[in-house]
Amino acid sequence: MWLDPEDRILVQGITGREARGMVEDSLAYGSRIVSGVTPGKGGQEVQGVPVFNTVRDAVEQTGATVSVISVPAPAVLDAGLEALAHGIKLMLIMSERIPRMDTCRLLIAARAAGCTVVGPNTLGLIRPGVAKLGTIGGRVDNVTQSFSPGRVAVLSRSGGMTTEIASFLTSRGIGQSIAIGVGGDALIGSHFTELIVSLEDDPSTDAVVIYGEPGGVAEEQLADRLKARPSRLRINAFLSGHFVDDMEGVRFGHAAVIVEKGRGSVRGKTEALRAAGVFVADRFDDILEGL
Amino acid sequence: MRLLEHQAKKLLEPFGLPFTHGVVIREAGAVVSAIASLTPSSAWVLKAQVPFGGRGKAGAIRFVTSEDEAVIQARELFALRIRDTAVHAVSIEPRMAFSREFYVGVAWDTAARLPVAILSLAGGVDVEASSEHQVVRRTFDPGHGLSPYEGREMAEMLHLTGKTLTALGTMLHRLAAAFVEVDALTLEINPLIETDNGALLGLDAHLEIEDDALARQQDRLGALGELVASPTGREPTPLELEAQRIDAMDHRGVAGRVVEFDGDLALLIGGGGASLTVFDAVRRHGGRPANYCEVGGNPTEEKVAALTALLLSKPGVVHLAVIMNVVNNTRADVMARGVVDGVRQAGREPAETITVFRIPGSWEPEASAIMAEAGVHALGRDVSLDEAARLAVERSGTHVA
Repeated sequence: MWLDPEDRILVQGITGREARGMVEDSLAYGSRIVSGVTPGKGGQEVQGVPVFNTVRDAVEQTGATVSVISVPAPAVLDAGLEALAHGIKLMLIMSERIPRMDTCRLLIAARAAGCTVVGPNTLGLIRPGVAKLGTIGGRVDNVTQSFSPGRVAVLSRSGGMTTEIASFLTSRGIGQSIAIGVGGDALIGSHFTELIVSLEDDPSTDAVVIYGEPGGVAEEQLADRLKARPSRLRINAFLSGHFVDDMEGVRFGHAAVIVEKGRGSVRGKTEALRAAGVFVADRFDDILEGL
Repeated sequence: MRLLEHQAKKLLEPFGLPFTHGVVIREAGAVVSAIASLTPSSAWVLKAQVPFGGRGKAGAIRFVTSEDEAVIQARELFALRIRDTAVHAVSIEPRMAFSREFYVGVAWDTAARLPVAILSLAGGVDVEASSEHQVVRRTFDPGHGLSPYEGREMAEMLHLTGKTLTALGTMLHRLAAAFVEVDALTLEINPLIETDNGALLGLDAHLEIEDDALARQQDRLGALGELVASPTGREPTPLELEAQRIDAMDHRGVAGRVVEFDGDLALLIGGGGASLTVFDAVRRHGGRPANYCEVGGNPTEEKVAALTALLLSKPGVVHLAVIMNVVNNTRADVMARGVVDGVRQAGREPAETITVFRIPGSWEPEASAIMAEAGVHALGRDVSLDEAARLAVERSGTHVA
């Protein structure tokens, strides 16, 4: 469903510094990166991966259907539209500080094209033992130490906490079916609700651990969905930033009060999720509950 | 970037959005000549130009009926400090008579992942308290904008009719276009008044432009004069300002975003999510943090050392806890060298100062060796973030006792 071993992966912006390291680590982990694109640098190679000038060439010659985007923020919309024009079905956007209007336009186009977008502003996703997209986990020795195959999905608004949670689960003998850093921006392609809806159809997943933060309405949306239709999955949540609720004037997330009806505090998110039957851990270590 | 009222009005007028025209003065003495340059009137409104909403409730808006009164009120406004912000400019404009007022705005609906246009019958200061049947919202695709007919449908849902309905349709269409064009996060006209002759006119404008889009909005913004950064709560403390300077020393990685607290346990924590997690945990275990901060993205040793020394320079701080999530890109050994250097720069002994050092992940064995040499036993990933926070609190208490 997500990133199968045979999926052929393209990296847009492959000649950048961060992308080079990411390609090296991903290849070492087993990800099938078949091509890269950097306009004007066609004909070069990065870690033995051929670089093309256009996505069209890369797709025609290497059959890529998955793209990892690691280009400068002002170029993301163009790069994403290029990927959609050539049939990319799963797009992971690592770039950060993308103007929100660009993200909005890209997500509308992706929806129309039937492409799943993860990010922007994500370290990536990993199916332990299969493959990974993005810099998630870092070097391969750290990846294998942190992530282990199993039946719990990890969905996290923080890249670092994705690895921390997986590592904690691994250290307690609990493996993961998939771990996804959903991205830190206010507008992201795949949030908790649609990811959990997808995972309900995934026979390799029994439970989900989500990591939430102050701001936005992703946790409340999930609670609404679960109230309307309970999930077959066991869902545990851990939310950080309780102290932010008490800090007058310091805002996490900018969405106007009138749009979100005052929602967005950690206290409110906790109450909403609990009312929907989600186990919300008070202490980080309690995320193991019932797994 | 939140614009001042008069800047927002100037930026929005080319989109066909009509506003009252004021004169902006920089000192109270200019008020008389300002009034002379305005359309003749018997009543005026003076508004402090500060970059946030709620000005009416904060006493930043004054109504006057004579020049003498205007001078007195202008002096008072220039002497105000509102939310720790000084008043450097005041606008003055004729007071408008109106039959009714509306709120119109565009914001982001992050759940729908689209901009959303909003029309409310409850204009003025009480818009956030307005009840559901007074408000109508409609999301739109920025590629297509919001058509005037969609705006008219919004107005009709609030039972508006005639010229008001058509004028609001056009207004919402233009507002949506402006929102998209200027990369806004929030755009509000409140109140939007209907004058006695049926025209719509904005009395106030609230416009926040997304920071990540400032580069491509430079030409527009450059024409507006000096831009004032909006405060987030209180003014930064000297320690917070110094942390900003340290973080800006080098573009590689983050070692900053410090928020000062009144406790005595210094925290060097990261990345962002783990910082929130550890800060919560320290407080829950009874610790009193001296600061919040975020470290990540593989900062240089120099930045880490400077930040460490800075956090230890706070009066009353004896101990430091260094706690990060399992690191992906940040090198634990670079962090370790920076921390040890920083502690020594502050004239302290690492073994007596660092209660906990926990950075598992990339280059962890090298980091553990560096810490061992400095007399500190580094904790591994088998110690959870929560347990590391508990140990940090416990050990700082023991040392103090």
